Amino acid sequence: MEFIEFLINGIRLGSVYALIALGYTMVYGIAKMLNFAHGDVIMVGAFIVYTTCNTLGLSPVVGIIAAVVLCTSLGILIEKIAYKPLRGATSNLAVLITAIGVSYFLQNAALLIFGAAPKNFTSIVPYEGVKLAGGEITIDGETIVIIAVSIVIMIVLSLFIKKTKAGQAMLAVSEDKGAAQLMGINVNGTISLTFAIGSALAAVAGMLFCSVYPGLSSTTGSMPGIKAFTAAVFGGIGSIPGAFIGGILLGVIENLSKAYISTQLSDAIVFSILIIVLLVKPTGLLGKNIQEKV
Amino acid sequence: MKVNCLKQKFINLKANKPLRNDLTTYGIVILAYVIIQILGMAGMINSQLKGLLVPICVYAILAVSLNLTVGILGELSLGHAGFMCVGAFTSAFFSKCMVEVIPQAFIRFPLALLIGAASAGLFGVLIGIPVLRLKGDYLAIVTLAFGEIIKNIINTINIGRDSNGLHFSMKSAMDLGMEKDGVFLIKGAMGITGTPGDSNFTVGAVLLLITLFVVLNIVRSRDGRAIMAIRDNVIAAESVGINITKYKLLTFAISAALAGVAGVLYAHNLGSLTATPKTFGYNMSIMILVYVVLGGIGNIRGSMIAAIILYVLPEMLRGLQTYRMLIYAVVLIVMMIYNWAPKSIAWRETHSIKDLLAKAKGAIASKSKKGGN
Amino acid sequence: MALLEVNNLGISFGGLRAVDDFSISIEKGQLYGLIGPNGAGKTTVFNLLTGVYKPNLGIIKLDGADITGKKTIDVNRAGIARTFQNIRLFGKLSVVDNVKVGLHNQMGYSVLASILRLPSFKKVEAQLQEKALEILKVFDLDKEADVLASNLPYGKQRKLEICRALATNPKLLLLDEPAAGMNPMETLELMETIRFVRDHFDMTILLIEHDMKLVSGICEELTVLNFGRILCQGKTSDVLNNPEVIKAYLGE
Repeated sequence: MEFIEFLINGIRLGSVYALIALGYTMVYGIAKMLNFAHGDVIMVGAFIVYTTCNTLGLSPVVGIIAAVVLCTSLGILIEKIAYKPLRGATSNLAVLITAIGVSYFLQNAALLIFGAAPKNFTSIVPYEGVKLAGGEITIDGETIVIIAVSIVIMIVLSLFIKKTKAGQAMLAVSEDKGAAQLMGINVNGTISLTFAIGSALAAVAGMLFCSVYPGLSSTTGSMPGIKAFTAAVFGGIGSIPGAFIGGILLGVIENLSKAYISTQLSDAIVFSILIIVLLVKPTGLLGKNIQEKV
Repeated sequence: MKVNCLKQKFINLKANKPLRNDLTTYGIVILAYVIIQILGMAGMINSQLKGLLVPICVYAILAVSLNLTVGILGELSLGHAGFMCVGAFTSAFFSKCMVEVIPQAFIRFPLALLIGAASAGLFGVLIGIPVLRLKGDYLAIVTLAFGEIIKNIINTINIGRDSNGLHFSMKSAMDLGMEKDGVFLIKGAMGITGTPGDSNFTVGAVLLLITLFVVLNIVRSRDGRAIMAIRDNVIAAESVGINITKYKLLTFAISAALAGVAGVLYAHNLGSLTATPKTFGYNMSIMILVYVVLGGIGNIRGSMIAAIILYVLPEMLRGLQTYRMLIYAVVLIVMMIYNWAPKSIAWRETHSIKDLLAKAKGAIASKSKKGGN
Repeated sequence: MALLEVNNLGISFGGLRAVDDFSISIEKGQLYGLIGPNGAGKTTVFNLLTGVYKPNLGIIKLDGADITGKKTIDVNRAGIARTFQNIRLFGKLSVVDNVKVGLHNQMGYSVLASILRLPSFKKVEAQLQEKALEILKVFDLDKEADVLASNLPYGKQRKLEICRALATNPKLLLLDEPAAGMNPMETLELMETIRFVRDHFDMTILLIEHDMKLVSGICEELTVLNFGRILCQGKTSDVLNNPEVIKAYLGE
C-alpha cells in the first residue's frame, strides 16, 4: 500500500515534468535549440499566480488566466527579441548561450521584485483528497488534478498537431524550414505559436508544481526545468509522446529512489538511469535515428 | 655567431604566425602577473581584488581547458565543473591526510596536484565513453548528468579517521562509529574543512601558464590537427585513418585533467570545501561555457581573457547589488546577438571601422584638395 | 594477381537490394571507371569498399588480404583512400594542414613530444611540411598552402581532397565524381592530373564519373551499374558501344 502511494506521488511529479518537457520538446523540434530559459517561465507563471491570489487577494481562476496569458506573451516576446535574430547563425552554441542569458535575466528580475526569501505559495486546487482501499491509500486533490490536467493536455496537444492546419504546419517546419516556407507556410508565425504553447504549458506546470511544493523563489524553475529537459531527452527529444513518457518515468524513478534507496542520492540515480538509457539507445526511448549520408 | 643564430630565430618567428600568437598569450599572462605584483608591493591593490586573484586563475584555467573540448574537438560539454569537483576533493582529501606526514608544502602540493589532475582525467575518460556514441544535445545532457552525479555522490561521502584507522559511510557522519579521538576528513554535505592553504597567486599564474602551454602545444601538433579534423568532418577523418576513439578520449582526458588542476588550485585556496550547486553544479559548468563562447570558440587566448573579464566584472559591480546580475544577463544577450546574428554580421561588414576611417580619410583628402585649388 | 578483387558483394537497406552480386577485378596501375545512372549504387559500392557500410554478402580482397567488413580506418591503413561526392574537407584547417592530416599515419611522434616540444616533434613537423608541400605542388596548390580549405574555390577543393587521399599513401585511390561541377576546361586539366597521378605515384585508380568525355578519355576498363546490379563490364570502347548500356543511359 505504501508502495502504491509512492508510485502515485511519483506519477504526480512526473506529470509536472511531462508538462514542462512537452514545451522543451516542441521548441526543440521546431527551432532546434535548447531553450534553457524554459524552466524559468515556470517560476514566472507561479509568481503571477502568487501575486494575483496571495498579494491582491483575487480568485485563483483570475490568477490562472493571468499566468497563462502573460507567460504566453512572455514566451513569444523572448523568442522575438532574443532567439529570432540568431536564426541562421553559424554556431548553434550562440543561441544556447543567449537562452542562458534570458534565464539569468528572468531569475534576477524575479529576485529584484520579490526578494530572496521563499514565498509560501497557496495551492490553487480547492478539492479534498480521496481515500481508497478502505482508507489505506490517500490521494490528495492536487495529485488528481495534476495527473488529469497533464493527460488532457497531452491528448489535446496530440489532436491539435494531427488534426489542425497549424499543427501540421508545425510538423512541416520541424521537418524542413525551407521547404515549409516554399509551401506557403508562415514559418515565423509557426515558431511563435510553438513558443506560445510551450510557455502556456510552463505556466500551468508552474502553478501545479508550486501547489505541491509551495516554497516559491527565483530559482524554483531551474531544477524542475533541468529534470524536464532530461525527461525530454530520455523520451527522445522532438517526440511528444516521448516527452510525456520520459516525464512520467523520471518522476516515478525519482520518487521511488527517494523512498527506498536514498533521498540524497535520488538525483544521482535518476541521472545514472538516463545515461544508461542513452548508451543503449542513443536517441532516447522514442527518438528518431537520423544517419548522415555519405 | 650567436647573434646570427638569434637573428635567424627572430626571422623564423616573424614567419611563424601561430608561434608568435602563442608567445603573445604567454606574454600577456606574465606581464599581468608582474604588474599585479608591483601594484601589490606598492599597496595599490585592495583586499577585495586580492581575494579575486586565485579565483581568476581558476576560472581562466577552466575556460582554456573547456575550449579544448568545445572549440577544438567540437563537442558540447555541460559537465566541466564536475571534473573540477573531482580534482578539488581528491586533492584536498590527500592534503588533509598528509598534513602531518609531509609538512613541507612544496612537496605536498605538487603531489596533490598530480592526484587531482590524474583522478579528474580518469573521470574524463569515463565520460568520454558515451561521447563515442552520442552526439550534440544528447551528449550535452549526458555530460550535465555526469557532473550532477559527481556532485551528488560527493555530498554523501563521509570519511573519518581515528586510532582504528579510516572509516567510510555513505549514510551519515554518525554512521562512521568512530572512537573519541576520531576526526572527520570528509563530512557529507559539509565537505572538507581545514585544507592547508597551499595555493596563492604565484602558484595560480604558474598553473595557468602550464595549462596554456599544454593546450596550445597540443593544438599546434599532429594530434591537434587530428582532433580538429574530427571536428570539421568525422567521416573524412576516418577515411584518412584517424582513430576517432583515441582522439576523443584523449581530448576529454586532457580537458578533464586540466579542470582537475583548477579544482586543486581552488581547494587549496579556501579553508573549507563544499560541493554546492553554486560551486560545482551545472550552473558553474554553464558559466564556464559562457566564457568559452564569448571568448571565441576555439580561440584559446580569447577564452582566457573572457574568463578574467567576465569573472571580475560582476565582482567589481558588487556595489550595484542585485542589479549587477541583471546587467550581466542583458550584456550577455546583447553580445551574443551582436557577435552571431547574421544581420548584425552583415551590418558590421558594411560598417566596419576600417571602412569608416577610409571614408573619413577620403573626405578629408578631397577637402584639402579643394582647399589647395 | 589483381590488386582489388571483389566477389559477389551485396548489401540491402530495409529489404531493398542496393547492391547485388557485385564483382570486379582491378589490376595494379589500372585506371578503372564505375559508371551508371543516378541511384544505381555506385557510391554505395565505394562505401562498401571503404568500410562505411558492412556488406551482407561477398568478399573484398586488397593485394590478396581479406578486408571485408573492416572498419574505415583499418581499410585506409590497408591501403584504400577515397574522395567524396559531396566534398568533405577539414574546412577550418589550412590547405597544408588538410594534407598533414592525411599524412597522420605516415610519420608521427608521441603526445608527450608535442606537449614538451621534444626534438622529435621539430624533426617530424619539418618532414611533414616538406612532404605536404610536395604533394600540393603536384596539384599546383602549394601557393595556397596557408589558405583555409573552406575558402578555396570549388575546383581546387576537389583537388585538395585528392591530395589528402594521396597523403595516406594508398595502393588504391577511389575518386567519387572528381569532375562534378567543373567546366570543360577544368575537366580536361583534371584528366591530365589523374593520368599524372597514376604515373607519378604508381597508383591504381577507381573512379565514379558521369562525364563521358572523361570516362572514355582516361579509363581503360569500365563497369556499368544499373539498379544495383552489373549491367556490363569490360574494355571502355566495348562497354560504351553496348546497346544495353546505351539503353540504360538514354532510356527506351
